[in-house]
Amino acid sequence: MSNLPDPHASLRRHVHNLCAQFPNTYWQQIDAENAYPEAFVQAMTDAGYLAALIPEAYGGGESTLTEASVILEEINHSGGNAAVCHAQMYIMGTLLRHGSPEQKAHYLPSIAAGKLRLQAFGVTEPDAGSDTTRIRTSAVRQGDHYLINGQKIWTSRVAHSDLMLLLARTTPLEQVEKRTHGLSIFLIDLRATVGNGVTIQPIPTMINHHTAQVFFDNVQVPIENRIGEEGQGFRYLLESLNAERILIAAECIGDGRWFIERAVNYANERIVFDRPIGQNQGIQFPLARAHVNLRAADLMRHQAATLFEQQQPCGAEANMAKLLAADAAWEAANVALQTFGGFGFAREYDIERKFRETRLYQVAPISTNLILSHIAQHELGLPRSY
Amino acid sequence: MKIVVLIKQTPDTAELPKVAAEEVKSGTIKATMVINPWDEFAAEEAIQLAERFNGDAIALSVGAPGAVDALKHAVAMGVGSAALVDNASLRDGDIWATAALLAAAVKAQGAVDLVLTGKQSVDDNSGTVFVGVAGKLHWPLLTNVIKVREIADGVVTVERLVEGGQETVSAPLPAVISVAKEINEPRYPSFMGIRKANKASIPTLSAGDLGVVTPANKTQWTNIRKPEVRRTQVNIIGGATVQEKAAKLVDALLAEKVI
Ligand SMILES: Cc1cc2nc3c(=O)[nH]c(=O)nc-3n(C[C@H](O)[C@H](O)[C@H](O)COP(=O)(O)OP(=O)(O)OC[C@H]3O[C@@H](n4cnc5c(N)ncnc54)[C@H](O)[C@@H]3O)c2cc1C
Ligand SMILES: Cc1cc2nc3c(=O)[nH]c(=O)nc-3n(C[C@H](O)[C@H](O)[C@H](O)COP(=O)(O)OP(=O)(O)OC[C@H]3O[C@@H](n4cnc5c(N)ncnc54)[C@H](O)[C@@H]3O)c2cc1C
Repeated sequence: MSNLPDPHASLRRHVHNLCAQFPNTYWQQIDAENAYPEAFVQAMTDAGYLAALIPEAYGGGESTLTEASVILEEINHSGGNAAVCHAQMYIMGTLLRHGSPEQKAHYLPSIAAGKLRLQAFGVTEPDAGSDTTRIRTSAVRQGDHYLINGQKIWTSRVAHSDLMLLLARTTPLEQVEKRTHGLSIFLIDLRATVGNGVTIQPIPTMINHHTAQVFFDNVQVPIENRIGEEGQGFRYLLESLNAERILIAAECIGDGRWFIERAVNYANERIVFDRPIGQNQGIQFPLARAHVNLRAADLMRHQAATLFEQQQPCGAEANMAKLLAADAAWEAANVALQTFGGFGFAREYDIERKFRETRLYQVAPISTNLILSHIAQHELGLPRSY
Repeated sequence: MKIVVLIKQTPDTAELPKVAAEEVKSGTIKATMVINPWDEFAAEEAIQLAERFNGDAIALSVGAPGAVDALKHAVAMGVGSAALVDNASLRDGDIWATAALLAAAVKAQGAVDLVLTGKQSVDDNSGTVFVGVAGKLHWPLLTNVIKVREIADGVVTVERLVEGGQETVSAPLPAVISVAKEINEPRYPSFMGIRKANKASIPTLSAGDLGVVTPANKTQWTNIRKPEVRRTQVNIIGGATVQEKAAKLVDALLAEKVI
């Protein structure tokens, strides 16, 4: 976005060209039908974009986090919605970092080739919400397998995944020293278990997000499907979050750019009171402010990504980037809707769709308040508030 | 087998109408520069032929330093390697001089069997550079090719589009082929391809490196201007019946001497 030379200009252009195959009318139809954009996801898969973060040894692109974030940014900047496929990019990170060599060799090449979709992660539960350590889904060891019982909510894309990651309690909360102990991560093969103990119940939502409740009823999962050590799941989860936050921040930046570009074009063209509405400061200033905030958020996103790539601690920056970018995108969305006047509400202009879609980032994958409490406690040294 | 594909960098088609005559004159075009869309078909064909006949594909371009991006696009698609020929010695994009540099660059690749090109460039639209290249190399030229049927025993057999039909023709190798858009569906570069292209080292060669002197221009640009904007008028012909509307339409067309 800046005037500095962009080392990712060609990547941006290539992603943009591919996305141009899927114009706004495509996304409008998918949204109206609550359908899964299979053709788009397949095209992204075939071009290897969703395997960007997988090492070359497993057939992936071995990209930097910044490159991966540029891919997602450009999807949203094109008017599409990266949420339909972003998780295929990063959920495998837990497997990559903590999986055994056998697990990695078994799954990663197929994930890289797009033959297996691992794009669902069941963490949230109805009665635990943001307080993840209170989840109740249990995995009880029985010989060579675990028996899983419980319920997840808001597990996105689960009906469009072959595999899912699951966070479950292997030691009850009452028996652990720290609340973050006793949680483990499992790789669930949905091809074998849906209908055999796993039940998926889609949740109709204000956006087309393919999210669902997932019920586990005595589901047998072989021990070799546990990722990493038993009881260390929460730590593994936290380790995966920085990358996710930065990638989501980039999506927000893409949304913000889309909103501002669309609104600026409209403000230049729309004549009311004998002049372009963009000539009025009442229209200009909100757009200018949204642009300023977006640019600032983008700087934090790049700083967070750079720290991540240098393997430096980046929790604060990743969270701040997510917060700033989600806020900037939401501000841009609101300004765009206002700029478009009544037309912003009409489906064919896409503003209302993207407006709904970008609102999610205030709540998921992490709610803004939880970021603020993290910053307050860990960055500022204020007392823990939750 | 060695296949060379000729690539030109051109303004993004969507931005072409915005390019000013002044920019063309000075050679500093402000539009986004991309691979000439017609050349994508040639690059795709080069990749497919290299796979089919176990050969190597090489992309060559005559252009300014920035044109390396168009070559990278071809490499990202799957063309094995690329080289840029510096256009500093060229004036006004002269077709014959461009062809002379390209022919020299082709020769510099060693024993080349085929040269592939797009049917024209979206900026100059001359569709003649490949004629010059074939002429300079003294190789046969097959234009408007929509299918490469076979390459065997030093002969290439192709199908080409001609007015009102298709014909199948053969030519001895080495040969120059310009392709039509019906020949294939150019692929989108993969992420792995894009990364490879970004890391690829693409040498820049000067006319001197190629051991040639850029020929003097055969053409001079004395003036460049945009065509006048055509004023069109829409006239909706009314009438009670289809017959009446048709009769009025015929009268109007006769009056305008269209028919
Ligand atoms: C479309 C969608 C897709 C999702 N996809 C997934 C998925 O794929 N996998 C998955 O596991 N989850 C998913 N989620 C769940 C998402 O991560 C949660 O909704 C989010 O973490 C918030 O949890 P909650 O909804 O239970 O809200 P709650 O935790 O009930 O919070 C409600 C409100 O209270 C605030 N709040 C809570 N505690 C505090 C506190 N201590 N201080 C201040 N404020 C507080 C929150 O900020 C929020 O505003 C998805 C959610 C949605 C809507
Ligand atoms: C759901 C819906 C129902 C509606 N129902 C009706 C109805 O029943 N009957 C009816 O007649 N209309 C109706 N409308 C139309 C509504 O009143 C108009 O949308 C509204 O008046 C704005 O006009 P506009 O959409 O043309 O926006 P524009 O006039 O194009 O304005 C676009 C933006 O530019 C701003 N702007 C324009 N001029 C200036 C200026 N000089 N200075 C600063 N800012 C400026 C506006 O505030 C707005 O933010 C409806 C609209 C909607 C969306």
